Amino acid sequence: MRYLVAKDSREAVALLNTGEDARLLAGGTDVLVRMKLEGKTPDLLIDIKEISGFSDITTENGGFRIGAAVSGAEMGEHAALKAMWPGVVEAVELIGSTQVQGRATMVGNLCNGSPAADSVPAMMAAGAMARIEGPAGTRDVLVADLLEGPGKTKLGKAELVSSVFLPAGLPKAGDAYLRFIPRTEMDIAVASAAVSLVLDDNNTVAEASVVLGAVARTAVFVPNAAAALVGSKLEPEALSACAAACAAACSPIDDRRGTIEFRTKIAGVMATRAAKIAFRRAGGKL
Amino acid sequence: MSKIHVTTQVNGDAVEFLCAPDETLLDVLRDRLNLTGAKEGCGTGDCGACSVTIDGRLVASCLVLGAEVEGSAIETVEGIGTADALHPLQRHLLEHAALQCGICTPGIVVAAKALLLQNPDPSEEETRYWLAGNLCRCTGYDKIIRAVLSAASELRGENA
Repeated sequence: MRYLVAKDSREAVALLNTGEDARLLAGGTDVLVRMKLEGKTPDLLIDIKEISGFSDITTENGGFRIGAAVSGAEMGEHAALKAMWPGVVEAVELIGSTQVQGRATMVGNLCNGSPAADSVPAMMAAGAMARIEGPAGTRDVLVADLLEGPGKTKLGKAELVSSVFLPAGLPKAGDAYLRFIPRTEMDIAVASAAVSLVLDDNNTVAEASVVLGAVARTAVFVPNAAAALVGSKLEPEALSACAAACAAACSPIDDRRGTIEFRTKIAGVMATRAAKIAFRRAGGKL
Repeated sequence: MSKIHVTTQVNGDAVEFLCAPDETLLDVLRDRLNLTGAKEGCGTGDCGACSVTIDGRLVASCLVLGAEVEGSAIETVEGIGTADALHPLQRHLLEHAALQCGICTPGIVVAAKALLLQNPDPSEEETRYWLAGNLCRCTGYDKIIRAVLSAASELRGENA
């Protein structure tokens, strides 16, 4: 294996495009684990941490652009980012231990392609855009449109995600992310939910987005669950309808960590609890 | 496989080493620099026994390549306290009998020191969450948490 430090994204793309088995290295908390567990190394490992902007959180159009090499710990320490998108930051901060947080990146979590990736439902609910650099230049796509299936994204040959953009938060808006794991820390979601809400002047839900993780081949929007919340103040009927819509949207795997029946039930529980947190963060009272 | 030349700082000393491209920082520390305080428990970032800091940031050194630390400042457990003058964390871990086999202890010391630098007065809950990635199969954690909290108290200048 060769290890190279890319100076800019053009060089990283060119290195990805040589035909060698090449992988990108940012935090390394997935790629290095896979090298170890699978016992095989790529021909080329391209470190992207030195690329200008990749390690930065910058304000843009009232929102935030988060570089591909920004660690979870850095996001958690960014007060303004946390104030605008607390659900996204709390989702990122759930990934792994303090030690993993020191290195793991949100973009890596996205590109790793796990259906249980914690940050992905939260990014989707926030309307996050991924910036992609590739041989044909730069393009921006919704994070939701990058998902393909377990371990797969829709990134093309020699493309990389250089940053994720979180749009400006609205004044009466809030987001939240919750996951179920069988213990308190250091585990992978059995089912998870992200909810993003915008309230009107009467604290009625005007806009909603509900996204489930770990219950399908990718994280999924549940439009019917969002529709159940719109026009409500999260009354019990609205929350039950939201949970029922979540259950209907689940097509989870059955494994030792959670049965199909359990994942399907708990997804709605996570969504309604996350909705309540998002509602309070948006200024609503329950 | 050609070796990579890396210049870095370890516990305040300038250090140079050659390493293979796929060699972890943990292997560099243990096998090339003879700093065997960091332990390999799992090798996959799950156990925390290899904890070190890079530029003040707590990481698992088994999930860092040696080649990545060019120009960085690394602190390992060897840089914390001496045999004659233990760091308060080390002393309180001993006083609370917060170790048995000791494999996790260097990682606990490094991780707890990083916590107290960032938050000199952590709650028990904050301490437990911070150290959740430092696995210990002997103590059941209670003694470790109490030792860290009493060391924090001493470091704040309170009577422990």
